[in-house]
Amino acid sequence: MSETVIPYMVKPHPVTGLPNGKLGIWLFLASEVMLFGALFSSYVLIRIGAPHWPPEGGLSSEVLNVPLGTFNTAVLITSSITMVLAWASCKMGSLPRFKMWMGATVFLALVFLVVKYFEYSDKFHHDHFPSHDNFYAIYFLLTGLHGLHIVGGIIVNTFLLTWGSRMWKTDSEHFTNRVENAGLYWHFVDLVWIFLFPSLYLL
Amino acid sequence: MDAAGHEDVGKHMGPYYAVFVALLCLTAVTVGVSYLHLGRPLAITVALIIASVKAGLVAAVFMHLISEKKVIYAVLILTALFFALLLALPNLTTFEHHSGMPGT
Amino acid sequence: MSVEHHTAAGNGNGHAHADHGHHELPFWRKYIFSVDHKVIGIQYAVTALVFLFFGFSLMMLLRWQLAYPGQPLPVIGKLLGETAMPGGVMAPEFYNQLGAMHGTIMVFLGVVPLAVGGFGNFVVPLQIGAPDMAFPRLNMVSYWVFLPGCILMLCSFLMPGGAAQSGWTSYPPLSDIAPSGQTVWCLAMVLIITSSLLGSINFIVTIVQLRAKGLSFWRLPFFVHAQLVTAFLLLLAFPPLEAATVMQIMDRVAGTSFFLPSGLVVSGEQLKIAGGGSPLLWQHLFWFLAHPEVYVLILPGMGIVAEVIANNTRKPLWGYRLLVYSVIFIGFMSFVVWAHHMFMTGMGTTMSTFFQTTTMIISIPSVVILTCFIMSLYGGNIRFTSPMLFATAFLPMFAIGGLTGLPLGLTAADIYLHDTFYVIGHFHYVVAPGSLFALFAGIYYWYPKATGRQLSDKLGKLHFWLSFVAINFVFMPMFFQGMAGLSRRLYDPTVYAHGRGVQALNVVISWSAWGLAIAQLPFIVNFFMSLRAGARVAENPWHSTTLEWAAPSPPGHGNFLTEPVVYREPYEYSVPGKTKDYSPQFQAEA
Repeated sequence: MSETVIPYMVKPHPVTGLPNGKLGIWLFLASEVMLFGALFSSYVLIRIGAPHWPPEGGLSSEVLNVPLGTFNTAVLITSSITMVLAWASCKMGSLPRFKMWMGATVFLALVFLVVKYFEYSDKFHHDHFPSHDNFYAIYFLLTGLHGLHIVGGIIVNTFLLTWGSRMWKTDSEHFTNRVENAGLYWHFVDLVWIFLFPSLYLL
Repeated sequence: MDAAGHEDVGKHMGPYYAVFVALLCLTAVTVGVSYLHLGRPLAITVALIIASVKAGLVAAVFMHLISEKKVIYAVLILTALFFALLLALPNLTTFEHHSGMPGT
Repeated sequence: MSVEHHTAAGNGNGHAHADHGHHELPFWRKYIFSVDHKVIGIQYAVTALVFLFFGFSLMMLLRWQLAYPGQPLPVIGKLLGETAMPGGVMAPEFYNQLGAMHGTIMVFLGVVPLAVGGFGNFVVPLQIGAPDMAFPRLNMVSYWVFLPGCILMLCSFLMPGGAAQSGWTSYPPLSDIAPSGQTVWCLAMVLIITSSLLGSINFIVTIVQLRAKGLSFWRLPFFVHAQLVTAFLLLLAFPPLEAATVMQIMDRVAGTSFFLPSGLVVSGEQLKIAGGGSPLLWQHLFWFLAHPEVYVLILPGMGIVAEVIANNTRKPLWGYRLLVYSVIFIGFMSFVVWAHHMFMTGMGTTMSTFFQTTTMIISIPSVVILTCFIMSLYGGNIRFTSPMLFATAFLPMFAIGGLTGLPLGLTAADIYLHDTFYVIGHFHYVVAPGSLFALFAGIYYWYPKATGRQLSDKLGKLHFWLSFVAINFVFMPMFFQGMAGLSRRLYDPTVYAHGRGVQALNVVISWSAWGLAIAQLPFIVNFFMSLRAGARVAENPWHSTTLEWAAPSPPGHGNFLTEPVVYREPYEYSVPGKTKDYSPQFQAEA
């Protein structure tokens, strides 16, 4: 490993007031806004151009399972507060409580994916694949990409829960910053779902 | 580093819990409103307003945006602007009537 | 600046790492999976140069068909196999592959990786006095996501049906139904875009956070301003193309109809798809990236030209603040002009007027920048070194490229010129004798810093003059072909009377292109020869003022022997009353 020491990894920069990682994660989230923004724009364009929506008739809420979607929304919202609590535990100096709340966050994320698994397999069971029509194409694309982001979050959070937490002993402030940055990413994933849920399920 | 400082985060957890409850309530509201089967334009407006309020709460409180630094605000305002353009311009361009081409 | 010692590994090892002193890294960590921005910069630069020459070779093949349509290509024709060149004659499908891959490779695997990955990575931390990029490991990951993307892109040639062949723009419905090489193109683009996003985050954080003491925003070299704006363009404009590419993969592999309209008939048969999609959607998402992308192609080059001109005129850049405001304005405007590539898609007059207006507006800061550069020459004590030749030639070449863009940005003229060779002439002037010349200037300028040796100035001048003459003979005739109505991407121009009218020019262009290839030989020889035999240099052979020239040539780990401090503006040349004709930023008052 190079011995090069990078300034402002942990302590904030005197002028910007930010440590490098926090600026980095916000820039990443900005690019994610553009990614999901492009998908939302595409959804609008395809939907406006369609004579009926859903193309096969009826309402979105009849095609998709609103109770399951609502439950999943509550699951993600809860995982956001547990994520905040995980970070707060770090700030208050308690590694065991951090692990408890981070564990809860990961657990809730897995619950979300399990529910999505049931939703998807129900669709596939009825031969409704993305190719069926553009409603399904958009639904699978948006929720699928969002789901991949959930998986990414699970991986990062699990890392922080396990090997990553070894940093607590040597540099707890740096570790806390990492948890905060992971939290920013996780809240963003929740935020995207907050728009996805009504856009796909309710409208 | 949020405005609360190190260990006194524990005394400032109130807003987080409040937002958590608000988010759950707003979720119930948005689902409830959907059962009213409002006309499409109104339904979309209401749903997006509620979603924006929820997203705003997550961003402001959970993501500490309310007390963030100017650099972050600048990046996000720029992004929001380009996001709005990305949303608006392709749709305006595709669905503008009177293209001026003969027969359209 | 406060420097705290974070643990060297930073990966949560239980034991604290004491300073290990200078233990040598194993070869694979020093040169392969290096986290040093200089090594990564060279990795990007070398990879990019290889692909620039490869992409150039694709074009040389393509130019045979254009100069001698339907004629067998001697020697090489037989080597390329019966599918691509049956009987030595280029198959139309292979022609299309050459065109699509030439464009893709030159833009995404050549110019941008050299300009941003190469020059950006190597120079920016040095010019701001930083020990490395903000996230060295992320930097390493960026390169090692980029390289597999490149290899995958190359592999697309091996797919049944050949490589991508629907233009570098990959318009559906054609790209949706094209052979499997197109899917490989999409996958490779996902990797390359991801690499670029990670890199752009690194650049922005580095420039914002890691500047040396005294290096305020208004003391940054123009090159850094240009790279900062470029990083923002990459950060915010690439994701929509990534989204679109995923959608195209789904259309091709999962049978969706994001870009496929209802009722599409292919080869006499109705496609069995759900339909309801929009080919225009792809165009919007593609050009939302691809227009800022062309500014990504030019801005680092402008930054290089600024550095080289200031250094070789021995006077400050004229209009430094104006340059900075202009480059920021260009960056912003580049996001709102994209549909000028789509004027011919049936767009209404309101939206086309909007995009025409923004397009005209964006030409203004470009003219301002060019004017500032030209004014910078006035009254200068000019040294025509190799980098200066390329930087000076950039000015009229970019002017021609920029001016010929104006008729394309006007909807009325674009009706006639769209998709003709005029367009090809226009964008090649900006990118080839524009950007690429600027990048050559950068190579001649910074090679001593990177290697500790000078390139031969004689070979440099030979390289320059041969290239300059050849390149103009390649691209100038294309404007006339375009104005005669010759379409781009056409396999055989002679099927049309108006094509036959300008066919003689195709012969001129092709032979000039092959001559341009030969003109690169002095450069290649110089590049490798000087690594061993070039004159050795100290830290500041060009007597320059910016921070990178405070470091040793080449710099070691951590770059600077002592922490650099900045005392003044970046281009203090020929300051009245001083004995030296340059006052480096990093030297305290004498």
